[in-house]
Amino acid sequence: MATDTRVILICSGKGGVGKTTLTANLGISLARQGLSTAVLDADFGLRNLDLLLGLENRIVYTAQEVLEEECRLDQALVKHKQESNLSLLPAGNPRMLDWLKPDDMKRIVEMLKEQFDYVLIDCPAGVEDGFKNAMAASQEAIIVTNPEVSAVRDADRVIGLLNTNAIKPVQLVLNRVRPKMMASQEMLSIDDVTDILALPLLGLVLEDEQVIVSTNRGEPLTLNSVNSPAAKCYLNIAKRLLGEDIPLIDPVEESSGFGAKFRRLMQTKIF
Amino acid sequence: MTLRDIINKLLRRQPASASTARERLQLVLAHDRSDLSTELLDQMRKEILEVVAKYVEIDMDEGAVSLETEDRMTALVANLPIKRTLNGKIKLIEHASQEQESDNSSENTEQSIKNQ
Repeated sequence: MATDTRVILICSGKGGVGKTTLTANLGISLARQGLSTAVLDADFGLRNLDLLLGLENRIVYTAQEVLEEECRLDQALVKHKQESNLSLLPAGNPRMLDWLKPDDMKRIVEMLKEQFDYVLIDCPAGVEDGFKNAMAASQEAIIVTNPEVSAVRDADRVIGLLNTNAIKPVQLVLNRVRPKMMASQEMLSIDDVTDILALPLLGLVLEDEQVIVSTNRGEPLTLNSVNSPAAKCYLNIAKRLLGEDIPLIDPVEESSGFGAKFRRLMQTKIF
Repeated sequence: MTLRDIINKLLRRQPASASTARERLQLVLAHDRSDLSTELLDQMRKEILEVVAKYVEIDMDEGAVSLETEDRMTALVANLPIKRTLNGKIKLIEHASQEQESDNSSENTEQSIKNQ
């Protein structure tokens, strides 16, 4: 039985910024470190975490049936094929909207806390009921955002709500970073985003085509191709979450060659 | 301002979009965080000016009230230029108490109300 379970909300406000991909990869990475981990798909209206983990055909029950005492928790939990420390729990059935209340979410998370070290809650987009339910059961949060104005603005709204509900710590993951665009100052920089949102950076994830390939297969990047740029980033995020001191890389500094040197020169602050 | 910005300015090209994004975000977030509309802000500016004008003579057209944001703290900053007499002293309204004489070196009175 686990004590001191960490319950982490993974949220963004805006949809499509990479919450579910981060949840899947963090789940795999934590499980790989020997930690029993549950990923809870709180986005039951448009659930996708099962698909990214390749578990879509193995869901029989959801948290809904557990709460209604139609099945036991371990019957609803779907164990990952390769990574037995990881289990998925869908919150509910897409056909059954509106049934879930913040207290239901709290109850289900309390049950998960009894047997897992880590509970990651994949939050639905938006700031409405789905988000509030997911937030009710969480202790700390990871905000996922992209270096784009709309994603940063929405993240700011969510941070405000997390602050009022005393969720802490709240850490930032900057996803889909394109070093070249940042170097040519056609993309908000890491500092721009962390300054504006005033959050500590847990990590950044480089834009990587392999992410799409991995979702096609239903095998998160961190499961196999640990050499892809994004997979390395996810792994570093997991390690930092566990308290390891992994230095952040500056994506602009990382790029080398004459082009990169020239771009750095152009970035030099004159005044 | 970076080297690229200067070259862009010299060539009259558009500045790199990241700085535009940053400025637009900072402005929109200051308003998102405060829930204050421009009309409300303007009304508040007028009322603050009226109160201050009871004590010192200020330039009613120049005063500005704006929202500034830093580290998730939003500050309401009022910048109220005070008119001066010919010998450089601050003009006090007659009914105000004599203790109101402020430091001659200060050009403006600044008020800031902080909120989350």
